Amino acid sequence: MSRKLYTFNGGVHPDGHKAMSNGTPIRAMTLLPRYIVPLRQHIGTPARPLVAAGDTVLRGQTIGAADGYVSTAVHAPTSGRVVAVEPRAVPHPSGMFDLAVVIESDGADRAIEFQPLDWRNLDPSALRNRVRDMGLAGLGGAVFPSYIKLNPGGQKIHTLILNGAECEPWITCDDRLMRERAPELVRGIEIMRHALGSETVLIGIEDNKPEAIAALRAAAPAGMEVIAVPTRYPGGGGKQLTYSLTGVETPAGGRSTDVGIQVFNVGTAYSLYRAVELGEPMISRVATITGHVAQPGNFEVRVGTPLSDLVAAAGGALAGASGELIGGPMMGFDLRDSDAPVTKAVNCLIVKNPRLFPAKPIELPCIRCGACAQACPADLQPFEMYWYSRAKDFGRAQSYNLFDCIECGCCSYVCPSHIPLVDYFRFSKSEIWEREREKRSADQARVRHEFKVFRLEREKQDKAEKFAKAAEKSRESAASNAVTPADPDAEKKKAILQAALDRAQKTKETVTPKNTENLTSGVQKEIDAIEARRAKVEEKTESHE
Amino acid sequence: MAAIGLVLGGILGWAAIKLRVQDDPLVEKIDAILPQTQCGQCGFAGCKPYAEAIAKGEADINLCPPGGAEGVKNLAELLGVDAKPLGEGVEPKPKSVAVIDENTCIGCTLCIQACPVDAIVGAAKQLHVIVAAQCTGCELCLPPCPVDCIGMQVIKEDVVTWKWRYPIHMMKRAA
Amino acid sequence: MIGSPYTLGGNSTSTIMLKVMLALVPGILAHAWYFGPGIWISLLVCSVFALGFEAFMLLMRGRPLKHALSDNSALLTAWLLALSLPTLAPWWLYAIGMLFAIVVAKQFYGGLGQNLFNPAMIGYAALIVSFPVNMTQWAAPVDLADHALTLLDAFDVVFAGQGSISPDAYTSATVLDTWKTQARLNTPVASILSQPMFGWAGGRGMETVAAMYLLGGLYLFWSRLITWHIPLAFLVGVAASAGLLHLIDPTQHAGPLLHLFSGGVMLGAFFIATDPVTAASTPRGKLIYAGLAGILTAIIRAFGGYPDGVAFAVLLMNICVPFIDTYTQPRVFGHGAGPKKAGKA
Repeated sequence: MSRKLYTFNGGVHPDGHKAMSNGTPIRAMTLLPRYIVPLRQHIGTPARPLVAAGDTVLRGQTIGAADGYVSTAVHAPTSGRVVAVEPRAVPHPSGMFDLAVVIESDGADRAIEFQPLDWRNLDPSALRNRVRDMGLAGLGGAVFPSYIKLNPGGQKIHTLILNGAECEPWITCDDRLMRERAPELVRGIEIMRHALGSETVLIGIEDNKPEAIAALRAAAPAGMEVIAVPTRYPGGGGKQLTYSLTGVETPAGGRSTDVGIQVFNVGTAYSLYRAVELGEPMISRVATITGHVAQPGNFEVRVGTPLSDLVAAAGGALAGASGELIGGPMMGFDLRDSDAPVTKAVNCLIVKNPRLFPAKPIELPCIRCGACAQACPADLQPFEMYWYSRAKDFGRAQSYNLFDCIECGCCSYVCPSHIPLVDYFRFSKSEIWEREREKRSADQARVRHEFKVFRLEREKQDKAEKFAKAAEKSRESAASNAVTPADPDAEKKKAILQAALDRAQKTKETVTPKNTENLTSGVQKEIDAIEARRAKVEEKTESHE
Repeated sequence: MAAIGLVLGGILGWAAIKLRVQDDPLVEKIDAILPQTQCGQCGFAGCKPYAEAIAKGEADINLCPPGGAEGVKNLAELLGVDAKPLGEGVEPKPKSVAVIDENTCIGCTLCIQACPVDAIVGAAKQLHVIVAAQCTGCELCLPPCPVDCIGMQVIKEDVVTWKWRYPIHMMKRAA
Repeated sequence: MIGSPYTLGGNSTSTIMLKVMLALVPGILAHAWYFGPGIWISLLVCSVFALGFEAFMLLMRGRPLKHALSDNSALLTAWLLALSLPTLAPWWLYAIGMLFAIVVAKQFYGGLGQNLFNPAMIGYAALIVSFPVNMTQWAAPVDLADHALTLLDAFDVVFAGQGSISPDAYTSATVLDTWKTQARLNTPVASILSQPMFGWAGGRGMETVAAMYLLGGLYLFWSRLITWHIPLAFLVGVAASAGLLHLIDPTQHAGPLLHLFSGGVMLGAFFIATDPVTAASTPRGKLIYAGLAGILTAIIRAFGGYPDGVAFAVLLMNICVPFIDTYTQPRVFGHGAGPKKAGKA
């Protein structure tokens, strides 16, 4: 191998557990009676729903349109009827609900007509719009809308990197995809290269996947280099892989495009091939189901598949299962609600048991041993950030470059005191983000308030000027008239307001349902008490004025 | 020596005049900490007047309910005084926005005039709407409404604004 | 709620402490071989007092006992102090040392991880300023002592006072002490070094113990419990400044080899200066911290009032750690590595 590899600092070697799921081919799933398709499956603005309950849809039909710049479309995974557009459980660490389209399949699985695209003769911007409407988002985990990443902007993207490292333990979906669908994947890479105009294409794969490396080497045309990188978590982190392959550090707070490099996940390349050459929107992905299940492996899963059905497809959870993880054990999160569906971001579901995932040991005091700093791939000093995060001194935590933390979990992994360091960093980051939001809205409110004050002042001045002019005039014309009339303007306004009030009273009586009739005496008493309180409050506000 | 002193003194004097800050920077700094709800719960006509009063030492730092304990703490840090709990009867409420009931609004524009940040749009005799993104939750539009058609709605956490919680400390609870 | 990672690497504080204690074992065995069984008693006494004080303080502070006691940190402190003190000293000397180490230096500051100063060295420093005489009566090498003590004798000496046997029969000054007093009297170097207490490098017996500490230290380095920065910088600091002084005036200052293999230098370099709680934590910071500690050690030995300088050097550098760390933060990945901005040269 001719290419020089660079070694990033830190990293850990957790048990891979990959053999459990990478031995069998990707399986298809049977059609399910119901799919739940969240409208927010990517970073950015959620898709705008285009369907309502009762609509019928076809497979591949757009049910949510990209809304704004950082957004992408969402499509129906099968044909059927929309039964609801409502908040549903989604795969998110919070366990919260988010807006989703619920589709009851009709069993026919009829599709819209897919229109392949002659991308070689297409204007790159038209290609990108197509990619956006096809709902492509990065499958590596960040789910950033792909069409934006395919736009070189003003920058020259000299190097295109395909991330097939798959460094997270347990996950094997990219491994299987590369082994089984290398030729198609390579065609997707060709499309990327065309859109970005890159000269160099590097495909980085961790050396624990020799079959995938061989398959891609066989499929890759001249000009695409498949490179085996040493297996070390988080070697598949975008910044780490870029550094390993090129020796270039992605600038802090920036993107790799700032240094002329763009990174895509291999799964995204495959989906891009399907979207462009076959015209099929992104309605499925390969996902790993592993851990404490009967038949671990990889499935071609339609987006919207309830995770409980995925577990069932793998033969079901074995006795003694103790919950599920979304993603890998290093960066994934606990699934709170197994009704949540597979989204574009879900690459793996691990069914836990107490032997594979023992309860976390108790947190002991930090002894500043520096193991975390040695393991940190971002060269941070996690124990310092921990110290300030724990004390909720977010400014100081930030001064230790908290936001360069990629939350890979290496620090928590090595900590001898079992301190959940990453949890402290996630906590600090969320708090800082909230303060940012508050600060922004406070600044906005300040500006708007100052403008209002200014406007009132200006109006007052205008009025005063007008009044002065009018007064002068009236003095000239009717100097003899000594009686000042009551302000007719004010009188008129009062009358209008009173009329409106009367009208409102009437509408209130007609519009609002008469909940207050035929009440029991208890309820009536309560209402009277409330009315009395309200009257008091009104009195107070009046006396203030 | 004396000549140098004179020259330096002169430079300092000139700088003091030349570089005098127009706006009181302390007021600006205090104002930057205040939450800008302009709600007047502190007893002043807005955040800036309250900031001015604090700067002059006429008002205490614990009168701002929306700023909460953290606001008091930040003010205390800025002013180099001890932080204290929020004043009596001053209790922070959950962050809310005002919402107009479309069925009862008579389009009187009184709330529009009351809104300190121009977050209510509408015209006379037409339905008014509150722009939620700009509403500070000050509740100043509530009393003027002649038909009581404005209510406060607590802002709920969603997937985007959800925050990671403080990791639980096992050490203290264990044993 | 605690999130990812859901799998851990299996490190634990108590194992780390145990491994460090394991690394001390060769030195302890060598000590017992050369200086008799007294070391077992001092280790035991220190350990018992350490655990006792730790438990007492945890109770007073209302902290759970189980986890703090099982982290082995108090035991390690006990061993380090025991190995820094003369064996065959009265038991209360060890008790007072542990009192200062565990109660004052560790628990008063908030327990494990919170202390600014190395607990064992605080214990040592408190003893040497309070009981200088006891602190210079070191057990003589067995083959040089007039009276070789059995374990029972040693027990008697430690707990019942010196009794029938005169301490002169089994104790002697250290080589550093001897060098210092005799060089000041302008005794020729050759005649100082020809005394039987001097061995091939440092003090007879003690040099081998030091070599065993070196061996244990290499084990710590090999098992990645310490990095090379602190031991190397400390040893280089001692050797370089001792060597320089020796070059300037060989009649007053011993050579670097004697300094490296006598007193607490080896123990200090690998086991004491490396205490992560109180040492600098950044790579550059470690070099500065340990290098200066090494230099200070040699200076205190040469010009100070005390024969050995490791404890004071380490404590003095402990004070500087927050400052050193703040100004030696390593470059974070991606910082200062951006594209060269147009317009800037």
